[in-house]
Order: sequence, then C-alpha cells, then structure tokens
Amino acid sequence: MADHSHHDDHGHDSGFHASMKDYVIGFVLSVILTAIPFWLVMTGALHSPAATGLVIMGFAAVQIVVHMVYFLHMSPKVEGGQNLLALIFTLIIVMIVLSGSMWVMFHLNQNMMPMPATMDGMG
Amino acid sequence: MSTPKTPLNKSGDDLVASYYDLHEHAHPDGYSTNLGFWIYLMSDCLIFAMLFATFGVLGGNYAGGEGPKTLFNLPLVALNTSMLLFSSITYGFSMIAMQSGKKNATLIWLFVTLLFGLAFLTIELTEFHELIESGNGPQRSAFLSSFFTLVGTHGLHVTFGSIWLVTLMVQVGRFGLTAANQRRLQCLSLFWHFLDVVWIGVFTFVYLMGTLR
Repeated sequence: MADHSHHDDHGHDSGFHASMKDYVIGFVLSVILTAIPFWLVMTGALHSPAATGLVIMGFAAVQIVVHMVYFLHMSPKVEGGQNLLALIFTLIIVMIVLSGSMWVMFHLNQNMMPMPATMDGMG
Repeated sequence: MSTPKTPLNKSGDDLVASYYDLHEHAHPDGYSTNLGFWIYLMSDCLIFAMLFATFGVLGGNYAGGEGPKTLFNLPLVALNTSMLLFSSITYGFSMIAMQSGKKNATLIWLFVTLLFGLAFLTIELTEFHELIESGNGPQRSAFLSSFFTLVGTHGLHVTFGSIWLVTLMVQVGRFGLTAANQRRLQCLSLFWHFLDVVWIGVFTFVYLMGTLR
C-alpha cells in the first residue's frame, strides 16, 4: 500500500493501486472457493444434488465478490463510485435477464402439450 | 463548479454559468479511460448474461444424445480453472512490478500470464476437439449448441486477451512503462480478471451444475 491518497480531481493517474496483499488474499480465497465446489460435486459429499447445487451457487457468488474486491479493485472510492454504480446497474440487468428467461421458459415447458415418452428431451 | 447559493440575485448569464460548465477545461490524457473501459466490460457482461440465459434454457435438451454427466471431464475442468486462476495472480504480480517501475519484472510476469492463458486455451481446445470427434459437436443438440456458444465465446475472449497481451509486451519492451502503456496494462488487467469472473460462472453453472443434472 504505497500510495493511499485517493484524489477526486481529474488529474489522477489511474483508478486503483494494486497491492501484493490484495492479490495473495484474493488468490488464496479463490483457490478455497473453487476447490470446495469441485470436491462437493466430484465426491457427491452432500448426497443431494439440489442441496449441492444451492451450495455451489453460493460459493460462486462469494467468489465473484472476492474477485471484484481483490482482483478488480472494486470499491466506492474508484472513479468516485461510478464504476461501482455501473456494476450494480449491470448486475440488476443480468439478474432480470437470467431469472426472467429461466422463469418464463420453465413455465412455457410446463404448459407444453404432453409429448410421448420417446420424444422426451428433444432439442 | 460552484453551486448557486442565491440564484435570485443573479443575472441570466450568471445563472446559466452557475448551473452549467460553460468553459471546457483541459483533461489529461486518458483521464476517463478506466471508467470507459469498465463500461465496455459491463456491456460484455450483458453478452455473457444472454449466453448464460440461453444455456440455462436449452441446457437440458439433449435431443436423445449424451448429457453433461458423460461428456464433461471434471478433473480437466478443474485443471483449466486453476490455469486461469494462476494467470490472474501472475497478472497481478505484473501490475505490482509495473507500479514500482520494474520493466523487466513486468515483462516476465506478463509472459508467465501468457503461458497460463495459452495452457487454458490448449486444454479447452483439446476438450472441444474430443467432443466434436466423438460426434458431440455443436450441431448434435440444443444443449451442445448453447454449450459451445457460451464456452467458445469465453475462449475467444481469452484468445483476444492473449493477443492483446503480446501486443502490450512488445509496446512495453520498445517504449517502456510510459503513462499510456501503464493505462493499457491496467485496462488489460480489468479485462483479464473479468474473464476469470465469467469463468466462475461457467464452471459453476455449466460444468458443475450440468454434472448434477
């Protein structure tokens, strides 16, 4: 952490300052947060696919935050918070796109005419 | 810019000047590059969101063919994931070397990052090759179409990131760690780490969740 003076004027050189500590913490956390989901799925330690799915989604969400903070140096201080605002806006859109698509298409599949068993799983 | 305290006492021009920045003032080179590049990354994020949504909808349609359980090789995916993670931290080391003005260390770490990036691409292409050779190409089922589109788009990003990395290594080698080159390296840093974030989504939703299906 050499230079911690965040200047709000236009004259600053760049948005962030990387530090060795940040990268090492981020890396160690990422390794743990990656290894556990792989281990859970490969060994089937939880005995329930639904529970495993929820847990690994949780791990992914936490790891994304870890990457954002320690690798992408996301914080309200960078660029006066405009980066963070853009990120939050994007995440909202992403959530709408993902959950909306899954929700609508799942119900569309539910309301389809029943098909013979041999047609099941047609692309 | 000053904020108007008593607008009622001011003449029309003063009033306009107090609300709007009428005189353009000089900005240093690249003062908005970081924000602009970030907004590009956010738009890229939306592209991936669409591809994830497509995979989420079509990922269960095997057209009577093989599913993720038999097609995916999780140890290989874990190896691939570690390649990308290693490349992320070596890029970080390169940024730290750049900040202390160490040109050679920056170049060495960039080169190590490139090697990890290329290892990732090699493993991914091997996986694709095996899938296509065994008759499980993108045309086999909706599941495989959306799989190849999503993972392939990510792979293309890594490919172009690697080309960009080589370009910047040449730039830094020839012109040193100039302000412009530092700015470029920082943009590539955002790009590279962003691809790692997208990969978290890929290995979780495509490979791990697919195997659970």
